[in-house]
Amino acid sequence: MINYIIKRLLALIPILIGVAVIVFLIVHLIPGDPAQTMLGERASDEALAKLREDMGLNDPLPVQFWRYVKDLLRGDLGRSIMSNNPVSSELAQRFPATLELSFFAMVFAILVGVPAGIFASINQNSWFDNLSMLVALIGVSMPIFWLGLMFIWLFAVELGWFPPSSRIGVGLDFRPITNLYVIDSILQLNFAALKDILHHLVLPAVALGTIPMAIIARMTRSSMLEVLRKDFIRTAYAKGLKRKIVIFKHALKNAMVPIITVVGLQFGVLLGGAVMTETIFSWPGLGKYLVDAIYARDFPIVQGGILFFAGVFVLVNLIVDLSYALVDPRIQYE
Amino acid sequence: MRKITLTTFIILVVMSVFVTGVMAQEQGGTLVFGRGGDSVGLDPIQVTDGESFKVTQQIFDTLVDYTPGTTEVEPALATDWKVSENGLSWIFNLREGVEFHDGNPFNAEAVKWNFDRWRLEDHPYHFGGEFTYYSYMFQGFPGIIEEVKVVDDLTVEFVLSEKQAPFLNNLAMVPFGISSPEAVKEYGEDYFKNPVGTGAYTLEEWRQGDRVLLKANENYWRERAYLDEIVFRSIPDNSARYMELQSGTIDMMDGVSPEDVESVESSDEIKLSLRPSMNVGYFSMNFNVEPFDDVRVRRAFNHAIDKQSIIDAFYSGLAEPAKNPMPPSIWGYNDEIEPYAYNPERAKELLAEAGYEDGFEFDLWYLPVPRPYIPQGKFIGQAIQSYLSDVGVTANLVTYDWSTYLDRTKKREAPTFMLGWTGDNGDPDNFIYVLLDESNNRNGYANDELHEILIEAQKTMDQETRVELYKEAQVIIHEDAPWVPLVHSTPPIALKNNIQNYVPNPTGTEKLHRVWLEE
Repeated sequence: MINYIIKRLLALIPILIGVAVIVFLIVHLIPGDPAQTMLGERASDEALAKLREDMGLNDPLPVQFWRYVKDLLRGDLGRSIMSNNPVSSELAQRFPATLELSFFAMVFAILVGVPAGIFASINQNSWFDNLSMLVALIGVSMPIFWLGLMFIWLFAVELGWFPPSSRIGVGLDFRPITNLYVIDSILQLNFAALKDILHHLVLPAVALGTIPMAIIARMTRSSMLEVLRKDFIRTAYAKGLKRKIVIFKHALKNAMVPIITVVGLQFGVLLGGAVMTETIFSWPGLGKYLVDAIYARDFPIVQGGILFFAGVFVLVNLIVDLSYALVDPRIQYE
Repeated sequence: MRKITLTTFIILVVMSVFVTGVMAQEQGGTLVFGRGGDSVGLDPIQVTDGESFKVTQQIFDTLVDYTPGTTEVEPALATDWKVSENGLSWIFNLREGVEFHDGNPFNAEAVKWNFDRWRLEDHPYHFGGEFTYYSYMFQGFPGIIEEVKVVDDLTVEFVLSEKQAPFLNNLAMVPFGISSPEAVKEYGEDYFKNPVGTGAYTLEEWRQGDRVLLKANENYWRERAYLDEIVFRSIPDNSARYMELQSGTIDMMDGVSPEDVESVESSDEIKLSLRPSMNVGYFSMNFNVEPFDDVRVRRAFNHAIDKQSIIDAFYSGLAEPAKNPMPPSIWGYNDEIEPYAYNPERAKELLAEAGYEDGFEFDLWYLPVPRPYIPQGKFIGQAIQSYLSDVGVTANLVTYDWSTYLDRTKKREAPTFMLGWTGDNGDPDNFIYVLLDESNNRNGYANDELHEILIEAQKTMDQETRVELYKEAQVIIHEDAPWVPLVHSTPPIALKNNIQNYVPNPTGTEKLHRVWLEE
């Protein structure tokens, strides 16, 4: 098992090198000049020339690439063109916000999606099954920016149950440390802040979790339906086992592998795909920031950010693969 | 009896004036300002974006400042100044007893240190960015500021290598806020996160991507700010920001969507404030491309486009039709110019005179990104296209990525294109020379007479003479019709009714120390 993990982690290296090359090429080959974008309507020829020189954009592409790789090997991702801040600190500053939001979105998606899928499968073709699958279908096809705006309008403006956006209210005494606000507030035993932070998390987490919830519910249902038709389920019933035990111990455990796969994939997608949710809910995370960086042609940020996401995605996949062994003893890693 | 009533009445009036006088301008409270994005940095000389200036303007003061709501210049850190006959030496007397937030004194030495840091490329603290606005306004490094001399503790002299008429207006710009030299030395590369100025507010906390928290400076050299705290929150989505205002979690916002303006106007709790325009959105025609070398065609286009309808449709009416290349908020604006009226018949006649009664076909470049002066490039492009087709001319809409668009229009590769400008310093030179002089423009327009006038105006120190020169320049431009000037937009700001004394400035940002909250 340990060997397997080490092997997988080593395999990360060529993957990341490949990603680095591809990202570097894409970023430098798409039209658009960061110097021009930065100076906007005010760009004079001299200012442009100087800025390009300062950014090293006048060197041939291979020279730029070599410089990039050299810095990368030293762990230096460069500095943002927009803010002149080190890329690593920009990413470290924003990733925790995305991670926290994605985590709670996933918690919502699993807590609602898995039970809904199970109940739908054991009551196949009942009104609950039809209704929940209809909801799931709507959930999968819902544009998230629209859903988010409707949430804000209904629950914040009209009903006033939740704050409309942001991670924490104004005027609370709270200093972030790790930027994972939930953890920070617990560490500081600041329960007023914790309550406010969780209160702020509800709407964006539910909005972001809706699509994965729907996908998980559908996957759980179909996976369960398949297992429930198997012989060993009939045997279990024939042995006189209670229905509850058959469903949760025998059927669900066997239906878990595809569900875990979907959960893992969705979590990876959430981490990278929270752009819309972050924009609507003014969530200072990495997704929105990366999109802005692409528009500004902030090469170092785009390169560093994508590399980072690729790494996270691979790690999430590794965790998914490892967790198969937990639910299915037939799967073993050597 | 009657007399008593009258006396009582007078007493009541006097009392009510007194009471409102006391009630007015309450101290305290927090203002939450919702905006579209975060500041890029808080070292004013290193940034070029409005979101950064919005904050740095509260933390820093400049030598001279804009009078609220205008682009006229008034004393700030400098109490008065005089300029030598030849316009090359400016002597400023500085305000006494001003301290930076870190307790260090503001004096001539500090002014010199700041300017030296900006203008000298070999200065030990000339790092952390491009000093874009310095090189832009003062023409490179060291630019036209040859030397900054400390005359005595509170007197500083600027020696210029050439005359610059808008010099004072330039010094009033937000990027030229004076930093504490000790703080720049202490924080080095991280100064942009730890700004220290003399302003009405100090930086308390900056959570990047999320919010900036400012606290009132108790030792401010002007009267202490009314508000105790200002929070600038980044709320990227326009609709979400407006819903925050409706639900009361923010007190004011900019970037109101045109479709929300009606809702603001009908609200009992929210009011609308319009920023005086300091921009122009225009449609430009390339003199190197036939048939735009023919003035009749250019004038025909000016007659063919209905600006007011475009404003009603895409600006919620919150803009004024342009007839000159600069907005009326700038001094020197020539209001006597008679605009080309919307008149498709006249346009057709002019086209026929020029030999194009059967029309022609050309490419129209529309803006790929929303800008304050043209918020919806594609829709406005389509509107222009349809107006032109009414007079028999076929425009094909094209666009490019923003940096390519800027680059190629700069190289005069676009036959016709939409673009605009937001002014920097409130000087006419910053519009007319920058946008239309033959050395700068993007459409190959060249008129020697205009060029001479603009150069003369740059070297003239007398304000009235300059006003006359710029008025003359606008007449020439009107006759030559190198553009169809489209609009001057007046960006709306929505705020709660209890916010008092907010005066939006045409320059795009303003100090908030005189703003107060009514109970």
